[in-house]
Amino acid sequence: MTRSTRILRARWGVSLGLIVLLEVACRTGLVPPLAVLPPSEMAAAMVELLTTEEVLANVAATFSTVAVAFLGAVLIGFAVGVALHGIPRLRRAIDPLLASYYSVPIFVFYPLLVALFGLGALPLIAIGFLAALPAMLIATLLGLDRVPPVLRRVARMHRLGPARTAALVILPAALPNLFQGIKLSLAYAFIGVIAGEFILSGGGLGYAIAYAYESFDNRTMYGLMLFVLLSAVVSNTLLSAWESRLQRRRGRG
Amino acid sequence: MTETAAHAVLRGVTRVYPGASQVHALGPIDLDIAKGEFFSVVGPSGCGKSTLLDVLAGLNPPSAGTIVFEGKPVAGSVPDGVGVVFQEDASFPWLTVRDNVAFGLRRLGMDAAEIARRVDYAVGFMGLADFAGAYPAQLSGGMRQRVCIARTLVLQPRLILLDEPFGALDQQTRLLMGDELLRLWRETGATVLLITHALDEAAMLSDRVGVMSSRPGRFIDLVETGWPRDRDSRIVSDAAFGAVTARLWSSLRTESMKAIGRG
Amino acid sequence: MSRRQGVLDGTLILLAILAVWQGLYQYAGSAALTPPWATVRYAVDLLGTPNFWGHATQTLSAFAWSVAISAVLGIALGLWFGAFRFAGDVAEPMLASLYTIPKVTLYPVMLLLFGLGPSAKIAFGVIHGLIPVVLFTLGAVKNIRPVLLRTARSLRLSPIQTARFVLVPAVLPEIASGLRVGFSLCLLGVLIGEMFASQRGIGFLIINGINSHNVKLTTAVTLIVIVFAVGANSALLALDRRLHHRG
Repeated sequence: MTRSTRILRARWGVSLGLIVLLEVACRTGLVPPLAVLPPSEMAAAMVELLTTEEVLANVAATFSTVAVAFLGAVLIGFAVGVALHGIPRLRRAIDPLLASYYSVPIFVFYPLLVALFGLGALPLIAIGFLAALPAMLIATLLGLDRVPPVLRRVARMHRLGPARTAALVILPAALPNLFQGIKLSLAYAFIGVIAGEFILSGGGLGYAIAYAYESFDNRTMYGLMLFVLLSAVVSNTLLSAWESRLQRRRGRG
Repeated sequence: MTETAAHAVLRGVTRVYPGASQVHALGPIDLDIAKGEFFSVVGPSGCGKSTLLDVLAGLNPPSAGTIVFEGKPVAGSVPDGVGVVFQEDASFPWLTVRDNVAFGLRRLGMDAAEIARRVDYAVGFMGLADFAGAYPAQLSGGMRQRVCIARTLVLQPRLILLDEPFGALDQQTRLLMGDELLRLWRETGATVLLITHALDEAAMLSDRVGVMSSRPGRFIDLVETGWPRDRDSRIVSDAAFGAVTARLWSSLRTESMKAIGRG
Repeated sequence: MSRRQGVLDGTLILLAILAVWQGLYQYAGSAALTPPWATVRYAVDLLGTPNFWGHATQTLSAFAWSVAISAVLGIALGLWFGAFRFAGDVAEPMLASLYTIPKVTLYPVMLLLFGLGPSAKIAFGVIHGLIPVVLFTLGAVKNIRPVLLRTARSLRLSPIQTARFVLVPAVLPEIASGLRVGFSLCLLGVLIGEMFASQRGIGFLIINGINSHNVKLTTAVTLIVIVFAVGANSALLALDRRLHHRG
């Protein structure tokens, strides 16, 4: 317990230290002030920006796009994962595709997605979805693989039917991996949507950052950037905390 | 031993693993297990002991032959009244000890008060009362195996099948778990079939020990121990215990040599 | 499963992909993409032009630099974090958290710091590729079975011998996995960099094709990128698996 508090403290210390270091470096001109804003000003800019209607609209647009992509990826990734787990031959054939999936920069498909879905949120949702889907799918496969065979036998000893076996034994046993998949899916959906907006679209937070960069508005750029990074870190930290609470209870047994 | 009636009857039971290799794992086996008997099976590794248990439990169908439990044929599923304890840790890591033990009863739709009563009894009987709210990850291997035994015990099975349940435990824990198993057997009046690779364990616990050959597993010897019903692990200091163990080993030695490739 | 069935299934999957591609073409038309055969032919033509190779060289050199920097820096940091357990425990979740941020938003910072040249692309590639290498290396060092080190001590190996004959072979498979992931992410980083602000490189070719509605070019370059990425990844994966089986 004391060790884990020490680790936690050190983590906060390192984070704060790095921020202070950056602040000092910016203030003393060690880092060109035109290139990087001091963290205190980034934070001030972020707070200011979050009161403007335009930024709030961008936040809403981006977050809702991410939410749809994420939920779709989790549900469909899980369903496809379960189906694929039941067809080992198909799975073996698809395995190399899954293994190489994340080596392909999916943004190259954006023009195709625009042609398919038109402009607007749909192609962005598709990018977020495509970025997140395999993470959930792979996690589902892995989770089902790791259900100890003896637990399936226990289910049979208790004469459970397929539905109850799935709900009471298989799902809880696979849960740690499924959770991992959910966590990664959220991160990848967010990365995909922001990058799609950044490079190619005309709306949302990603676009606003790119636009601010191109119009030399560093204050807006850094304010928004901080907000995006904080959103990612906070959502990931919350999910991780939830996950480790779950893990701690059941250990790694 | 009082042989009232055959509780489980196996006739010509054979198991050949399906698929290209067609491994002949077991049999043919003919065996009558009496009601209330403590029967153990020993044999060289890979001889099909666990296959025998699977087939008897209805977890796997036999390739040939018949199994009858309480007058009804066993086919395709685990019959009512049969409980299995597996070799591996089969506790559910996401449930507390109490919920693990209550698992089967809840599936039967029993009322909550009755479930609580039975679970408390089983948890206490297995010496887990202080850990009822703990998760398996917080317990030792021996205690987890006790959780699994309690989970099977609450269902009040009339035939308990145990597949090397103490295989992963140290020798002292094994002896003590053996005592608890004997107590459970006496108090429930259930029939017990124990698969084990430990000759002393089989000799100490059983009314009768079946010695299996290397694959395909068949019974090459059936040894009656003649122990009284209220025995415990102290029997290992009895001279007769040495004689039983020696007989088991002499039956098994050649077969074990075959299993490690020196046959 | 027989080898022949594997080849058959692989072929079927490839045919299915081509069929979906052709189907998309029928559905979305030539404003979206070009059909498989025409794309392959154009891609082959493209591979014969010096103009393409001019762009490709830019991308490949930025990519090679970022992979090299990610590998050296990542392994060094990973070993350091792994050796000092406390530092590792402090850093690991922070790095994992950094891994999940949308790094694309940092690209303008790279541009402001390094200017529009290749250094910004390389730095951006490193931002993507570095963290997985660190995390995998850290994990490998942390998860060495203590009995291996005790064996080394009982055999009275010197520190150098321990490193050479025990530590390195024990961590190598995991580090190889980290390098494979880092490799893919460096490519992603460099390409995104080129897509956003660059006048040269494969990423620029793609974005330029999109902006000038040159569907033929975009589809062909996309195909080349995918074949390169999947091919390189498969080769690394094969190597990775061999190391893991040996280890």
